[in-house]
Amino acid sequence: MPGGENGVFASAGRFRRNFLEGRMANLRKLMVRPELGAVTALIAVFIYFAVTAGSQGFLTTEGTINYLEVGAEHGILAVSVALLMIAGEFDLSIGSMIGAAGMIIAIPVTKFGWPPWLAILVAFAFSLAVGYLNGWLVVKTRLPSFIITLASLYLLRGLTFGLTIALLNYTRASGMGSYLNGDPLVTIFSGAPLGLKISIWWWAGLTLVLGWILFNTSYGNWIFAVGGDAQAARNVGVPVARVKISLFMLTAATGTLLATIQVLDTGSTDVLRGELAELEAIASAVIGGNLLTGGYGSVFGATVGALILGMVQQGIFYTNIDTNWFKAVLGAMLLAAVLLNNYLRQQALRSQ
Amino acid sequence: MPIIELKDVTKTFGRVNALRGISVKIEAGEVHCLLGDNGAGKSTLIKILSGVHRPSQGTYEFEGKPVELRSPREALDLGIATVFQDLAMLPLMSITRNFFLGREPQKKFGPIAVFDSRTASGITNEELKKIGISLRDPDQAVGTLSGGERQAVAIARAVYFGARVLILDEPTSALGVKEAAVVLKYIVQAKTKGIGVIFITHNVHHAWAVGDTFTVLNRGTSYGTFKKADVTRERLLQMMAGGEELEELAVELELIAKRDSTEAGKLEQQVAKVLEDEAGESH
Repeated sequence: MPGGENGVFASAGRFRRNFLEGRMANLRKLMVRPELGAVTALIAVFIYFAVTAGSQGFLTTEGTINYLEVGAEHGILAVSVALLMIAGEFDLSIGSMIGAAGMIIAIPVTKFGWPPWLAILVAFAFSLAVGYLNGWLVVKTRLPSFIITLASLYLLRGLTFGLTIALLNYTRASGMGSYLNGDPLVTIFSGAPLGLKISIWWWAGLTLVLGWILFNTSYGNWIFAVGGDAQAARNVGVPVARVKISLFMLTAATGTLLATIQVLDTGSTDVLRGELAELEAIASAVIGGNLLTGGYGSVFGATVGALILGMVQQGIFYTNIDTNWFKAVLGAMLLAAVLLNNYLRQQALRSQ
Repeated sequence: MPIIELKDVTKTFGRVNALRGISVKIEAGEVHCLLGDNGAGKSTLIKILSGVHRPSQGTYEFEGKPVELRSPREALDLGIATVFQDLAMLPLMSITRNFFLGREPQKKFGPIAVFDSRTASGITNEELKKIGISLRDPDQAVGTLSGGERQAVAIARAVYFGARVLILDEPTSALGVKEAAVVLKYIVQAKTKGIGVIFITHNVHHAWAVGDTFTVLNRGTSYGTFKKADVTRERLLQMMAGGEELEELAVELELIAKRDSTEAGKLEQQVAKVLEDEAGESH
């Protein structure tokens, strides 16, 4: 703006420009958060069901608890799957782990009279061993974890099936309920403190703890680095193998955690328990902005993704829409999420 | 005493001889350029120096004592820092997190160790300011930086963590002229701090601009080490191309040029004749 007398206007213009630039920078910072897409989608999904099914009970406390419980089933897995995904790996065996762990708890208790706490500890020990083996194979062979854990998916499911039939003659184990009274471990895996099922508390707790670890510890930093570029991470001294193996152990353990909660809740389990749970966990993590190729993502995002899944799954129930449409909705949301997140990531890498 | 000395180092992969009888010394406060064409053995030599590979034969001495490095981390602990060509940074991680990757500053709350991100951001900002980069935001992703800036961050990181030897793998090869000049400036800055810089490149002009000592590799062997005063840029270029081969090539090029000139001469005469004939007919 030329001329002395226009100085005031010029500075006002400059001020407005600086102010706008500042605003834009903040907006950009917000936009490059991995979970932004998921939070937007969550709000949209909530508004949609509040409008279409608000009067049928979606907005009641009962309705809310309902979708939180379903969300927790996805979320307990999704938070650990997210960390593994940020580290650049997959665990497809987590669903089979749920089936296996359920049987490892139910059969010894109902058939051999073990105390539940012992069976639970054995199940966790078993899952950590399987997780270690998955991780070790991935690190040693350098094969894609997709293939390694696909093999464990079939192995675990098949072994669970075969051994259960051999021991029980059925594909179901039931009657846990009468053994649970007074067991020291049962209290932390069952019940509903403050009216919310224990699974919701575990979900919230895991989100806080794992989310905190990811952003506030060296180990969290290494998870990003290992997934971003394992060779670069190794060159600066990050223990790549240890990080990956520990995360495979974590995903297997969360599968067992969910199995434990479910077995204690229903008193029974089935060899098919947890089928496809691995894919729903991956879907939650992806909707939450976690990058399939690693190096980018957030635990909080995965939790929001799981909440969206739970909300849609239960929300459809309250509307007049046939619940069979759920899978189609899930597929469409996944596609939309991937496209949106891909765009946001490109924004994150654009020069500012 | 040199900081690093390789004595008669050979590296074989199966039956392939990648390096044969290489001896080099790296002194403190010098820029030692490793020159060579593609396939000369430069990258194998860097990997030995940085602890990725171990020599098949020969010794690696650090401050006069033989060492056996089993990983880049062990080299790093001795103060031998390597900035690999394209593996220096994780683009989706913030500058601060990249800067401190593997050596995160920690705050202790009882038994719990927390990544001290405020200290980390402060130091990152400070260190980059020292080499003339002022960051808009140390929490921005490394992917938002240019190639030269990334190299600069990597060099600043190595210097900050007390590198005694800085190995730079083709740091200028992917850069434009201006950016390359900036990186060369950082190399000189590191040298004046008493760091021994090993500068790997196939660009003689970049090497000549900053180098004190030059070692030329060709097909896994060394042509020897030369002080700047004892060699010329042209001589280095000639050695890199394999000496005689380049002379042969020159002769060949000359022949092609000669053959072309006789061909061209014939063509000219033909055209002239045709034009003359045409002129005769029209009269």
